[in-house]
Amino acid sequence: MNALTVQDLSFAYGPCQALCEVGFSLAPGRFAALLGPNGAGKSTLIALLTRLYHLQRGEIHVGGHSLRDAPRAALKQLGVVFQQSTLDLELSVEQNLRYHAALHGLSRRHTDLRVEAELARQGLSERRREKVRALNGGHRRRVEIARALLHEPRLLLLDEASVGLDPASRLGLNQHVRQLCREHDLSVLWTTHLLDEVHADDALMILHQGRLVASGQVDALVQEHDGDLGRLFAGLTRPTATGAPA
Amino acid sequence: MNAYWQCLRGIVLREWLRFVLQRTRFLSALVRPLLWLVVFAAGFRAALGISVIEPYDTYIPYEVYIIPGLACMILLFNGMQGSLAMVYDREMGSMRVLLTSPLPRTFLLCSKLLATALISLLQVYGFLAIAWVYGVQPPAMGLLLALPALLLVALMLSALGLLLSNGIRQLENFAGVMNFVIFPLFFLSSALYPLWKMRDASQWLYWLCAVNPFTHAVELVRFALYERLAGLALAICLGLTVLFTLLAVLTFNPQHAALRKPG
Repeated sequence: MNALTVQDLSFAYGPCQALCEVGFSLAPGRFAALLGPNGAGKSTLIALLTRLYHLQRGEIHVGGHSLRDAPRAALKQLGVVFQQSTLDLELSVEQNLRYHAALHGLSRRHTDLRVEAELARQGLSERRREKVRALNGGHRRRVEIARALLHEPRLLLLDEASVGLDPASRLGLNQHVRQLCREHDLSVLWTTHLLDEVHADDALMILHQGRLVASGQVDALVQEHDGDLGRLFAGLTRPTATGAPA
Repeated sequence: MNAYWQCLRGIVLREWLRFVLQRTRFLSALVRPLLWLVVFAAGFRAALGISVIEPYDTYIPYEVYIIPGLACMILLFNGMQGSLAMVYDREMGSMRVLLTSPLPRTFLLCSKLLATALISLLQVYGFLAIAWVYGVQPPAMGLLLALPALLLVALMLSALGLLLSNGIRQLENFAGVMNFVIFPLFFLSSALYPLWKMRDASQWLYWLCAVNPFTHAVELVRFALYERLAGLALAICLGLTVLFTLLAVLTFNPQHAALRKPG
């Protein structure tokens, strides 16, 4: 069963079409990169995947559960790190995690175990009592990942999670998430507009002006387009006079 | 069921932590009504004699009269501040964390309302304790009986705050709430002066005060503080709490709450 299936997804802000008949699937334990220039529709897609926006047309299944018909079961399978930090800066690392655990209805005992495990996994055990405000950008992102994984989802969404980080933190975060993906059979959907965050064996979707213009494994797609991801991306996302994908 | 309880507990605990961490918020919530009690009431005592009116058994000083109104003033400001916090959470993105919970949104919003209301009650009882030391001492049983009345009023005003926040797109627009909601609700009520005084001044102002929900909130608390039940005020506050909550939940649009700029 796929970790994520998106079928025929369309969404419009009034007369402005943000997504048009987008469809793809993500296998369990797979790292998938969703590439797209600014304004391609990535954040809209994330908002739909996380049920922050109501579905207008199309279907989303998370771990086999329909987001439309069984939202509770679907959201239980989903962990998310938003582009903009959603941590409470005034609360400590642990307080932020416990709040999230409560929102997912985890019992106190279960919360204790999960907070302990995720803090250790992210290397944050020593900093659990520090206010989030005192952490640097890279560590804040790690707290957000720990939080997203607290309820043991099968799918982790990261919406441009590396934005605002210095190059070393960006690389570290990318490697860390890949490690989680490998070691814990976690499916990851990583949205970005930075090509160096994509590896040859990743699944890749390229979104441009609300349409999915490429989908497949990176090395296979690259081979079809002169052996270079940059040229592939530039070619597929070139602005056109009509506004349609190139 | 346990999941719902844990969720409610978590939301209330977060409000509590934020409240404890923002000590200035607690102080400012107390300073406002205390200024009214100590300064405004002292000035008005001479000008405004209060005759025997229900639920009081005798003539009362003005300070005694305005205590229920000032308690409700704390709830009013907190309810609106709760709505400000909702707009702020929306802009800062923390509302997204709440909304990606798998529990029903109606439950999440009602939990948030209850959390805001419970924190408000702490502030009200803090104020009543200081007023007690100052010399305004309602019956001890009245202080206990006022608890459910205050909770109901806090819920009603928090629901009104949430309803308003649904209509506010940006934090900057919140100033309008102060001018067009808080001040009219407060001044056109029985919080500062009995309605018969208002009737003497102007008949139409009296009618505005009489239909103001905040008047009924104040009277519900006033009667409860003196161990009496204001049946009509209770019915109105109950009805409006249900109505405001329903409207707030129905008009809540996660699309406003989640992302303001399509990406």
